[in-house]
Amino acid sequence: MYMLSIKNIHANVEGKEILKGINLEIKPGEVHAIMGPNGSGKSTLASVLAGREEYEVTEGEVSFLNKNLLELSPEDRAREGLFLAFQYPVEIPGVSTTNFIKAAVNEKRKYHGLEPLDSVSFLKIMKEKMALVEIDQSLLSRSINEGFSGGEKKRNEIFQMAMLEPKLAILDETDSGLDIDALRIVANGINKLHNPERAVLVITHYQRLLEYIQPDFVHVLYNGRIVKSGTKELALELEEKGYDFITDEVDLTAE
Amino acid sequence: MKDKQDSLEQAVLNDYKYGFVTDIDTDVIPKGLNEDVIRLISHKKNEPEWMLEWRLKAYAYWLTLEEPTWANIKYPVIDYQDIIYYAAPKPKKQLNSLDEVDPELLSTFEKLGISLVEQKRLTGVAVDVVMDSVSIATSFKEQLSEIGVIFCSISEAIQQHPELVKKYMGSVVPMTDNYFAALNSAVFTDGSFCFIPKGVRCPMELSTYFRINTENAGQFERTLIVAEDESYVSYLEGCTAPMRDENQLHAAVVELLAMEKAEIKYSTVQNWYPGDKEGKGGIYNFVTKRGICKGDYSKISWTQVETGSAITWKYPSVILKGDHTIGEFYSVAFTNNHQQADTGTKMIHLGKNTRSRIVAKGISAGFSQNSYRGLVRASKHATNARNYSQCDSLLLGDKCGAHTFPYIEVKNKTAIVEHEATTSKIGEDQLFYCRQRGIDPEEAVALIVNGFAKEVMNQLPMEFAIEAQKLLAISMEGSVG
Ligand SMILES: Nc1ncnc2c1ncn2[C@@H]1O[C@H](COP(=O)(O)OP(=O)(O)OP(=O)(O)O)[C@@H](O)[C@H]1O
Ligand SMILES: [Mg+2]
Repeated sequence: MYMLSIKNIHANVEGKEILKGINLEIKPGEVHAIMGPNGSGKSTLASVLAGREEYEVTEGEVSFLNKNLLELSPEDRAREGLFLAFQYPVEIPGVSTTNFIKAAVNEKRKYHGLEPLDSVSFLKIMKEKMALVEIDQSLLSRSINEGFSGGEKKRNEIFQMAMLEPKLAILDETDSGLDIDALRIVANGINKLHNPERAVLVITHYQRLLEYIQPDFVHVLYNGRIVKSGTKELALELEEKGYDFITDEVDLTAE
Repeated sequence: MKDKQDSLEQAVLNDYKYGFVTDIDTDVIPKGLNEDVIRLISHKKNEPEWMLEWRLKAYAYWLTLEEPTWANIKYPVIDYQDIIYYAAPKPKKQLNSLDEVDPELLSTFEKLGISLVEQKRLTGVAVDVVMDSVSIATSFKEQLSEIGVIFCSISEAIQQHPELVKKYMGSVVPMTDNYFAALNSAVFTDGSFCFIPKGVRCPMELSTYFRINTENAGQFERTLIVAEDESYVSYLEGCTAPMRDENQLHAAVVELLAMEKAEIKYSTVQNWYPGDKEGKGGIYNFVTKRGICKGDYSKISWTQVETGSAITWKYPSVILKGDHTIGEFYSVAFTNNHQQADTGTKMIHLGKNTRSRIVAKGISAGFSQNSYRGLVRASKHATNARNYSQCDSLLLGDKCGAHTFPYIEVKNKTAIVEHEATTSKIGEDQLFYCRQRGIDPEEAVALIVNGFAKEVMNQLPMEFAIEAQKLLAISMEGSVG
């Protein structure tokens, strides 16, 4: 049984077709990696899944946990358990990370018919997850992402993921801009959250994150299509040879 | 993209939550303004002769003035002869306690969530309620008078403390100050008076809730706060008004005096009826608020959260006369639909080593126009004057406007004036980020706006801050598509 099933998704942004027929199926417990050159449509796919409205889906279907994902609002997708760690996390001045996450956690609870967490329980969970991703308390009392370093922003995304315990986590280049220690911590965080009920989709340019989190499948996205899928060895091969050996072939057949 | 924009706009278009009308017998005098009307007001209030003379002098001066037009606001010509200048709820009997207050009035406050009973019982805030033009209930008076604090309606002060009123009224905002101040001086009906004696720290927040009620009744409040040497007071002013179709004129005057080492903190949450979505109705709010730091080392701090009124014209100012004095102005002005706000402050540095700080946050939505207008002046003698001003504007949607008019006049070379200004739009990125975390758009907008306004909200006393946050959220509420 698939958790996420993407069938022939086409999507436009500002009238231009970016996704040109994507097919992808993810089962609970699986880790998938998407790689591909800049501008190939990786973030666009993540945005389409998360429900960003400026991306218009013109064709195709997506089911998530047996629901028609495309019919759900972005907030309901989130509450159903879809999480996107942003490639470029957004700053919201004056809104502390703690308050932001508290709002998010309680909205999700409300959706599932649960009472909001009281401050004590919330704090307890926060402490736990803070330790998990080795994030500093002082960071959480600051305005969310405002003035955070690149690495701090990424770590904060993983912290939010830990707090929200999503079914499907989509991580868009969460490894970019991390130093070696941070990379290990982030990967660790992902691994600790990963279990047979949960799936992870990582978008990355680098093999090094995959060394830590061991993907079951690796896909290459090129020019709006998944042009090759394989196991973790594919990532190694890509690292060695670059994308050309795949993309040249695709470009040739396209001609 | 289009849909997105619409839902953002939807989220901020709202209906006025506090639009209900209290049905209380009112004692109304005929429309129009002339000497006889002023005599009648003075007579109804049983005022001494000197007060009447003062009013008449102000009226004579007002007649020589033209209504100002420099503000960035547009409104139809006000017919000053078409306004009722006095309306008092008919006192059925002498009121000694809250139990005797008209239950309908009490229930109005209940609806607003500011029940006096609750307020008194839970928060220990002394509340002097101004309903239309006459004070109806005053509480905690005895407790306050034990430490020598006078907190009463200005009408009562005119009767009981004429020497104080004579000495200070008009000393900060002279009747000749401006068109609306002159009008107020002629026809003011009520307001608050606070006197904090030397060395006393007022142990509770002094608070007044204002409410406009009678149709066509202009509301002309007059507030005077005097803080003697080394005293401290925090004063809260909050108001909501019921839904009305016709424009109502509001021209208040507030005067603050801080003597040596005294501190006055004046906080306002203003939520007069802003008019409907088409811009029909709503209060015209022309306010003159000014404080003087008279003694050395004194401090005056204005904090305002302005969400209401069709038109806001308001520049709470501080004259920094004493040496080492401090003036502060923290403001959040939220405009929606067709509201127009032209608000800001004046910091007049006269003494040496004076400091002022201005933090103004304007939030515009719908078709509204939101202007910051501020003056920082350092006189020849204001050695080492310092000012820091920060004006930030946030736009919700693309049919509204934000404008900044900072004026700086520096006549002393040692003065340093810093000004920073930013304008931003609520980003679709921010909104999407929130939604991706499961926060619905309406709440996301409220979260973002409250974050934007935080620095100012933090200046408000705790309970007031919560109320103000709710108000901001309510002002932005609406159905989301
Ligand atoms: N909002 C937008 N408006 C216009 N073009 C867009 C928009 N979003 C994406 N695109 C275009 O779509 C294409 C795919 O972009 P996308 O961000 O999905 O690439 P990516 O694979 O994530 O690249 P990278 O590895 O650099 O992050 C690019 O050509 C990009 O310029
Ligand atoms: Mg990308």
